[in-house]
Amino acid sequence: MKATVYVTIKENVLDPQGNAVQSSLHALGFEEVGKVRIGKYMELELGAVDRAQAEQRVKAMCEKLLANTVIEDYRFELEG
Amino acid sequence: MKFAVLVFPGSNCDIDMHKAVEDVLGEPVDYVWHTATDLSGYDAILVPGGFSYGDYLRCGAIARFAPVMNEVRRAAEQGKFILGVCNGFQILTEAGLLPGALIRNQSLKFRCHPVDLRVENAGTAFTNAYKPGEIVRIPIAHGEGNFYCDDETLARLKANNQIVFRYAGDNPNGSVDNIAGICNEAGNVVGMMPHPERAVSDLLGSSDGARMFKSALQAFASQAASAR
Repeated sequence: MKATVYVTIKENVLDPQGNAVQSSLHALGFEEVGKVRIGKYMELELGAVDRAQAEQRVKAMCEKLLANTVIEDYRFELEG
Repeated sequence: MKFAVLVFPGSNCDIDMHKAVEDVLGEPVDYVWHTATDLSGYDAILVPGGFSYGDYLRCGAIARFAPVMNEVRRAAEQGKFILGVCNGFQILTEAGLLPGALIRNQSLKFRCHPVDLRVENAGTAFTNAYKPGEIVRIPIAHGEGNFYCDDETLARLKANNQIVFRYAGDNPNGSVDNIAGICNEAGNVVGMMPHPERAVSDLLGSSDGARMFKSALQAFASQAASAR
């Protein structure tokens, strides 16, 4: 089974990297770009676990380590 | 009074911290590796700056699960004095020993220069040798020192007098309310982005950081006196 985890900066937290990329895109002529937010994409290969268990364990991984919930949100997908 | 300087893979201010204790106080101080499982012999624990675990995932995110951190948590509960500087501050917030988080500097630049700080709380274990409102000069050196917390947490920090230092001049990183350092509710755990261990001698440009170490010794003496 594979878990795909997306970690993004919370809506109300400033994202200096996103802002810098936004101004760079504007400088390159992509004026249509509004807000840019930069996050993390992680692929986790999971050993044999049933889906319900995987759901629960990946959530625990996100809460404990993969995301800092003070500043970040997370979501994940399970495949296979 | 016995000090421990924690060392993680990637710590790089541990020697400065160790020397600061030796030079300023002349008290016993040991390097303690991140795998240690007993800190009971120490009265103060210093978590130095650097790039523990290469800052992988997030600054301090992996260090907080090092075996020694269980002991740091226990020491905090026992009221022992704990100071986290720079990456040490990041580790303490990741570990939940201090509220908030440190995010990327607003400028995206690594800022490395002396700053003026206002001592907002001169009652902590590490600031009792300063006058409230005093301006001190201590260098910063970080790329991710932008302190963030939500409004509710900020209100609580203010209400409990947990803001220890604020940037007195320009805010170098965009931190909420110009915060440079905070403490826990009890005041025995302090975290800050500036490096007091780099400001312990006029030869280094400032000796204003030395009193943080003297404060700890003073707090320890009065703790011992009240226990008697």
